[in-house]
Amino acid sequence: MSATSTDIFRLLDVEKTYDIGRASASLFGAGKRRKLAALDGVRLTVKPGESLALVGESGSGKTTLLRVLLGLTAPTDGRALFREKEIAELKGDDRDRFARDVALIYQDARGSLNPRMTVLDLVAEPLDHHGLCPRAERRDRVAALLQRVGLPAEMMGRYTSALSGGQVRRVAIARALASNPSVLVADEAVSGLDVSTQAQLLKLLRDLQRDMGVSLVFITHDLGVAAYLCERIAVMYLGRIVETGATREVLTAPAHPYTRALLNASPKFFAPIAEPLPGEIPSPIDLPKGCRFAGRCVEARDDCRLTDPALRADGARAFACLHPLDRPRALG
Amino acid sequence: MADVTLPAAGLRRRPATLAGVWAYARSHVWFLIACAVALAYVLAAAFAPWVAPHAPTDQDMMNFMSPPAWGPHLLGTDSFGQDLLSRTIYGARYALAIGLGAVAIGAFGGLVIGMAAGLSGGAVEWALMRFVDALLALPSLIMAIAFISILGQGVDKVVLAVGVALIGPFSRTVRGDVLQVKAQAFVEAAGLMGVKRLMVVWRHVLPNVIFPLAVQATIRVSYAILVSSGLSFLGIGVTPPTPDWGLMIAEGRSFVSFAPWIAGVPGAALAILLIALSVVGDGVREQFDPKLKKEA
Amino acid sequence: MAAALAIPRSDPAGATPAAAPADALLRVENLSLTRGEKLILDDVSFALKRGATLALVGESGAGKSTIALALIGLLARPQVGLDGRMLFDGADLATSSERDWLRLRGRRISMIFQDASSALNPCFTVGAQLMTPLRRLLGLSKAQARKRAVELLEGVGLSDAESRLDAYPHQLSGGMQQRVMIAIALSTNPELLLADEPTSALDVTIQAQIVRLILDETRKRGASCIFVLHDLALASQACDEIVVLYGGQVMEAGPAETVLREPLHPYTVGLKACVLEIDTEELEPLPSGSPSFASKRPGCRFAPRCASALEKCAGEKPPLIETRGRRLACWNPVA
Repeated sequence: MSATSTDIFRLLDVEKTYDIGRASASLFGAGKRRKLAALDGVRLTVKPGESLALVGESGSGKTTLLRVLLGLTAPTDGRALFREKEIAELKGDDRDRFARDVALIYQDARGSLNPRMTVLDLVAEPLDHHGLCPRAERRDRVAALLQRVGLPAEMMGRYTSALSGGQVRRVAIARALASNPSVLVADEAVSGLDVSTQAQLLKLLRDLQRDMGVSLVFITHDLGVAAYLCERIAVMYLGRIVETGATREVLTAPAHPYTRALLNASPKFFAPIAEPLPGEIPSPIDLPKGCRFAGRCVEARDDCRLTDPALRADGARAFACLHPLDRPRALG
Repeated sequence: MADVTLPAAGLRRRPATLAGVWAYARSHVWFLIACAVALAYVLAAAFAPWVAPHAPTDQDMMNFMSPPAWGPHLLGTDSFGQDLLSRTIYGARYALAIGLGAVAIGAFGGLVIGMAAGLSGGAVEWALMRFVDALLALPSLIMAIAFISILGQGVDKVVLAVGVALIGPFSRTVRGDVLQVKAQAFVEAAGLMGVKRLMVVWRHVLPNVIFPLAVQATIRVSYAILVSSGLSFLGIGVTPPTPDWGLMIAEGRSFVSFAPWIAGVPGAALAILLIALSVVGDGVREQFDPKLKKEA
Repeated sequence: MAAALAIPRSDPAGATPAAAPADALLRVENLSLTRGEKLILDDVSFALKRGATLALVGESGAGKSTIALALIGLLARPQVGLDGRMLFDGADLATSSERDWLRLRGRRISMIFQDASSALNPCFTVGAQLMTPLRRLLGLSKAQARKRAVELLEGVGLSDAESRLDAYPHQLSGGMQQRVMIAIALSTNPELLLADEPTSALDVTIQAQIVRLILDETRKRGASCIFVLHDLALASQACDEIVVLYGGQVMEAGPAETVLREPLHPYTVGLKACVLEIDTEELEPLPSGSPSFASKRPGCRFAPRCASALEKCAGEKPPLIETRGRRLACWNPVA
């Protein structure tokens, strides 16, 4: 217990299934009740000051995992702990502390900011709410936060509708930083922007993370972003973590064929476009037994379709694959 | 003027500033004209005692049913010798007061019911919305007639009846907006921060619902005026000798074949005001409702 | 229109880009486009060979999509003023009437949009939307069109094509919708395919599938393809030629390999430095800023953001000149 008590987040075999009603075989025939397993036995820790990337295609369960971390969804099974306390059951002071300590940067930054509030009010809202700053210092604090994210203080009087996409994201980051959190959770926080704006924001986020020593949980589908921003990576597929470890190690020598497929698919200068991964991520309803990646895996063998591989540790890394790819043994 | 941000229906709004409205008005001549006409009505109504050449109920028995002509009665007189111009000007007072009053009641009632339904969900929402469906099942005019028959006649009763009849449509709009706002990320974000539910409603939901409601209201004023005039025309609204347009049209109806101006003058006043208000309402909506905004 | 275009042309006589090959399918020459007071495209020239692929790259506001819309005749005219030529197989698209466009659009020039879910009509089945161009433009019978539609869907890698014909767009995933869009765009065997950010809404794995599909299918048909992209790495993988645009001006253009391996324009260098690869350690992002479209402003539009800008850059627009295997518009190129 003492060894792990510093962990900020600890997920123990978290499962989240949604009941999606009956499969309608016919209009009157009662189909069997179907379950959608959005998360299926996820084990994960986030340590103070650590940066973790969650990557995977849409439908891999990244977003559900994020909602569990934020206490927006309670797991159906397993435990999701924040500083050793069940997130879904936080109350009173613990709940306040959680709200102050964990800040979320939304994918849709504009949608996460009330369009009828000025930048000043938006950034000051966490300060006001948690009573972190006397009224008189409010403007100065907001100005300092804006400066921290590279925005001029004159922006305080503006509404978000008058700001560019990059500026809105900066406001969202400033607001997230306002309560001086120990974890920043970001959901695709740089997608859909021009490359130059994206690069600026990534640099900003990395600097903030390093300078302030906050933990960062960054959800992305872009391996380049994951590699740049995060020391650790967890690759998700159909509600499971299929490979995890130090980002550089995982990405230079992936053990799981899915990680390799993701790597091949990301654009690389002058390389011919690799043979893409066949098919699409299957629906998480009524999964076949065996490895859930087997249907798209070029390395799949007979036993892959029968045995469901568990995530097994290999030094600092872990992967869920019966026949991992060859990689240099030096590390780990 | 950058800090005067006016609202948009729905949420994907563009900043709408007074400067923006002015720019819109300048490029839309009809909107500008309609605004001027509506303003003229408002001014005429406000300063009726100074603008009108006669008192509305003064009877000039020497000149009854005289046609519009240059002289003491520019727009002619009715069968009681009352000056039509003066009565029409005073009529604007009633029309606007009833229209605005009814819309205020309807919008407020709609806001309360719509907010309650949209925020509560479940059985409460179901019950409230079935009530609203019942209100919507009958046309507003029929609904207003029903209320009048309960409340009795008079200006205040007409305002109340038409206002209640408008609650239905307003409730629907408000509930729709509430549901839309509730699903927004910033509402969830406030919840994550631990902001109390009531505070979330007050700071985040209400402002995003009120402004589209205000736009709605501007459009419905003309409708309320039309319904109230209809009531008076049917003889169950405002009582004579109040210079109400609907009433005036009803009075002039019998003389339409040989003294068409008696019904025609208040009729034209009503028609012009309604057209002007619709053009203004459409302009406001076009400016603030991004769904209608054409791509540049 | 002419008044708004009072820009000093570098050399009106020799304005024809030297790089235009004789067998070009498409030659865009000195294309300028004004919208109100704004000059959206400023003297854009490039050429595309038959069977080649070209990437238009740049940040938002660069005019990439505007060029694509101009090339398929979907610009709202007469609100925009168009000057210059767009020679498609010898005919000038810039002066085409709506009648001419009806013969071109969807038949010889097709387009794939960024967001397939909104480009497909939710009220009609995939089959109906796919068969309409086959019947209307190619004059096939209903049975023929259905058969061809199945072939097309199989061609774009949709399994179970026969039953997909009766599916509505919302029943398909984003990747599958984009495949249907590609099938529709290719159904008439166009000579030029315009793809406006065809994969930016999709997962990387699906992105690779879709880009390969577009390349394979256009190659098979000998068609040319213009990609509108913001990802330089993807452009280097998918395209033979590249045109780097900023604020409606061509900064650098030429073979993708040459331009991207050794970019000479500070903007191309800056854009390339923003691209993250797996082994990127440090980023040197371009400073923020967006171009001014004021038509009266002379000079290079990138100058205000350019680290190596000279005094001259703001005052005089650099001509697009042939140098080191590419065309370049810069007074102070890198190295």
